[in-house]
Amino acid sequence: MVSAAQRNEPEAFAWQVLDNIEDPEIPGVGIVDLGIVRRVSLAEDQLLVELTPTYSGCPATDVIASLVSEALQDAGFGHVQIKHALSPAWTTDWITERGRVRLRANGIAPPQYTAASHEANLGPRDGVPCAHCGSTQTQLTSEFGSTPCKALYRCSACLEPFEYFKCL
Amino acid sequence: MTGPSSSGPAAAGPADRELLEYTLRLGDNSLILAQRLCEWIGHAPELEEDIGLANLTLDLLGQSRLLLGLAGEIEGRGRSEDDLAFLREDSEFRNVLIVEQPNRDFGHTMLRQLFFSAWQLQLFERLSASNHPRLAEIAAKALKETRYHLRYASTWVVRLGDGTPQSHERAQNAAEELWRFTGELFESDGVEQKLAASGIAPLSQDLRAPWRESIVAVFTEATLTLPAQQWMASGGRSGRHSEHLGYLLAEMQHLQRTHPGAEW
Repeated sequence: MVSAAQRNEPEAFAWQVLDNIEDPEIPGVGIVDLGIVRRVSLAEDQLLVELTPTYSGCPATDVIASLVSEALQDAGFGHVQIKHALSPAWTTDWITERGRVRLRANGIAPPQYTAASHEANLGPRDGVPCAHCGSTQTQLTSEFGSTPCKALYRCSACLEPFEYFKCL
Repeated sequence: MTGPSSSGPAAAGPADRELLEYTLRLGDNSLILAQRLCEWIGHAPELEEDIGLANLTLDLLGQSRLLLGLAGEIEGRGRSEDDLAFLREDSEFRNVLIVEQPNRDFGHTMLRQLFFSAWQLQLFERLSASNHPRLAEIAAKALKETRYHLRYASTWVVRLGDGTPQSHERAQNAAEELWRFTGELFESDGVEQKLAASGIAPLSQDLRAPWRESIVAVFTEATLTLPAQQWMASGGRSGRHSEHLGYLLAEMQHLQRTHPGAEW
């Protein structure tokens, strides 16, 4: 079954479908908002989707690829090809404004700086605004969290722990 | 460990043999150190370091998957990254000796990481400008992660070196013990020279001075003394390994050797 939207603007329709896919390790935040989907293009009847891994060893990479294939096939795209594009390397600069809002809503402080900045180069430090209460009375507890892309913090104001999405 | 792969030609013509050899070296370095680091999981001194070391492991494993996958394509005999990781003998591994050294205390692991990550940083900075696009993109990706590894290891070396008398002594001992494995990191052989001539890879000998400078900076802050000039162990790149690699592979390859093709 082919919908009007898919027939007229298949690529835009594919982006809509992808927009609803959440990152398996960061529930509540979409893979499009994280900048993981780099390109969607239709050639003849084959849909090519380029994905980029956040970190080389991100264990979610394969899961994301199968989520993308399944969702697009369910939406009526017969031939979906997934390509992993390494270059240009993923950067937290690609996280959208909506992605940042959603990260915060899920208890994860979004990256503070652009990836190439001097501040980003110094690595995660104390004082990242708390994802819950916004206080900057926060301390880094570990440079690495539940996934390679996050660091662990605790907040002295609201006493809650939270995660910080590191600049990359 | 299979999945959709990146595109672009893997082989670059006349230098194929050297390119394969070089790519295996890089892939094996990351793979073997990943295996060593994951031995810490469940044993690190505190939960945060357990997670930190697991994260380093993942990054290195990711690098090795990309590099061994590329090596398989260059070789052109249909061997996958899994075949290369799980079905080669120890003498076929091309990693440097430092990565196969057994874990001792946490300080020893941090010193090994400092030496290795500082070297990888210099290497990947240059390799990301390689005129082999596939190697360049893997290096550019890995470089970002390596900065985190180096910062992690540096912070710990400073904390241990400039910590209690006991932590200082153990960090200094680890530095002395590991130093003899750092010479091999900067050897440039025919393989490298050929690749360097075609702009594919940097010469390892050129990494020595900036590497040393970065180590001196950390050691100074850590109040550690740079080990004296000494005899340097070598041979990993040509497959002459310490006995430790065999035991490591026995554990790592056991499942695939016992149940060929097993997946989970």
